[in-house]
Amino acid sequence: MGKTKKIEIKAFRFNAETDYLPYYKTYEMEVEKNELVLDLLNRIKYEHDGSFSYRRSCRHGICGSCAIKVNGKPVLACKENANDMIELFGDELIFDPQSKERVIKDMIIDKGDFWDKHAAIKPYVDCDIDPHPTKENLISKEEVENILDADYCIQCGNCHYACPALSVNKEFFGPAAFVAAYRFSADSRDTASEERLEITSQLGQGVWDCVKCFECVEACPKEIKPLEKITKLHNLQFEKKIAPSNVATRHAEGFVRSIGKHGFLDEADIVKYSEGPIGALKHMKDAFKMLKAGKIHLIDQLPLVDNMPKSKNLDEIKKLIEISQTNKL
Amino acid sequence: MSKIQYALYTGCTARESTPELLSSTLAVGEKLNIELNILEEASCCGASHLQDFDPFLSDVLNARNICYAEKMGFTMVTLCNTCQINLSLTKEKLDSDPAYKAKVNEKLKETGLEYKGSVAIKHFLYVLVDDFGVENIKAKVEVPLSEYNIAPFYGCHNIRPSELHAKNNGGENPYRPTSLERLIEALEGVSVEYASKNKCCGFHVDLQAPDTSNTLTGNALVDAIDNNADIVVTPCPLCHLNMDIKQESAGKLLGRDIDIPVLHMPQMVALALGCTPKEIGLKYHITKAKQLIS
Repeated sequence: MGKTKKIEIKAFRFNAETDYLPYYKTYEMEVEKNELVLDLLNRIKYEHDGSFSYRRSCRHGICGSCAIKVNGKPVLACKENANDMIELFGDELIFDPQSKERVIKDMIIDKGDFWDKHAAIKPYVDCDIDPHPTKENLISKEEVENILDADYCIQCGNCHYACPALSVNKEFFGPAAFVAAYRFSADSRDTASEERLEITSQLGQGVWDCVKCFECVEACPKEIKPLEKITKLHNLQFEKKIAPSNVATRHAEGFVRSIGKHGFLDEADIVKYSEGPIGALKHMKDAFKMLKAGKIHLIDQLPLVDNMPKSKNLDEIKKLIEISQTNKL
Repeated sequence: MSKIQYALYTGCTARESTPELLSSTLAVGEKLNIELNILEEASCCGASHLQDFDPFLSDVLNARNICYAEKMGFTMVTLCNTCQINLSLTKEKLDSDPAYKAKVNEKLKETGLEYKGSVAIKHFLYVLVDDFGVENIKAKVEVPLSEYNIAPFYGCHNIRPSELHAKNNGGENPYRPTSLERLIEALEGVSVEYASKNKCCGFHVDLQAPDTSNTLTGNALVDAIDNNADIVVTPCPLCHLNMDIKQESAGKLLGRDIDIPVLHMPQMVALALGCTPKEIGLKYHITKAKQLIS
């Protein structure tokens, strides 16, 4: 047995059937060198309070049941060494459920919203196959590689409940659903990829509402990088030429236009170009404040006036755009 | 101390809507004898949006940007978290995939350039904190910030994904970053502890999802205010734009009055080092730093 360390655990306690408000209860314990966060959950239950509730099953990082937050960090309790958490956060650990607003009891949450989002993106290979094939239905190595690591997802929900865009917009699909959308859309046997891209490109719910904070990348215990798949879903809309022209797609494409002209991004122009003349009106109040503070200048906003800074060797940039641009809106 | 040299990638924002970021950075460089050589050939990093539209083009353009730092032979320094991450993501892709690097170099060759992968890319925050050193900064403080409670706001793209930043860009733990606190304390300010310091400001969806953007910005500012902050400080000009300009809209959405000045990290350092008001450029802020303008 290795060295032990004395710590305090403040665990979130709430029973939706009996409690009016949640509270934290403190448990003291000596932690041994190789103990996992899951061991500490077990010890709260076995040594302190048998009513303490949490989900657990495989203890091998594959069922995705035991996901919780330790001092705000999403972890899979059976994969996370307790001493790493003590080293990072000190000898007071705070155990929270993935989502406090969805708690049923203690660490157990209602993951209904997660599964609804998952189901909505058609999380299966959609194709007509011969029900009595004479040989295996194989796909090539390259076709498998195209799926990347997206099918390693164990649906623990860590990325979903770490996503700030989802926390303030319940319509947003969230990173895990996007990973599944990419996984099946990238499958060469699938025939529903356009339908999935259509669903996941809608403003308000789709990939364009992703804030690009990388919380999902940090939260994933399988190191899947959900944001990488979200970017792939963005790219696929343009590659398959099905991206509609809207404020978000014009914003992405507008960078080429600006860089081609100046090297730099024309900050005022990209707003006008993305929003269109009517949409741009809602930025008038901010624009006025910016004018007043000298952040932008009235003269620069006149047609035919170009006071934009220019990158040196701009002709190189123009040339590289000409020979390297792959996608169009 | 002998002069340390860097290749400065200014990014677009410091040349346009936040000129105070560039002037305060150059002033800090001057004070600390850090030579920042501006990469005049550089173009926009794509801000993660060009990457959504055309990833190959964005890698070619960022590889070109890095080429010019390689020609200079100095570590490439960024002033914006989003520039930092986009340049680093391109570098990571090219350095880890020789076939892809060759494909990008095939395009660069047409302009007489070649990406080698020979320079590191680092945000100015970590130039100050890690290369120059907080102790050395502390020794240069002329105007201690001891009267101010300063709330650090890190911005996502300098701390996440941690794997990308581990080697050359601070290597912070994104759940417990410390560089800004260490810097604030070196300048003798009081560092404010609050939960939102490592959260997202929402800037990148400002156009298509203004409510998401303003709520996230508002939540962070309100959290800083509720923990007695006088000032927020950030190393990212995009966080700065959202947090400085959107206070009124965010306040309306959250039903709170929000009025708190937000400083760029180099402005805070410039204040403590006794730089001139013109260099610090507080006049360019929408939410005025009343307590700092005397």
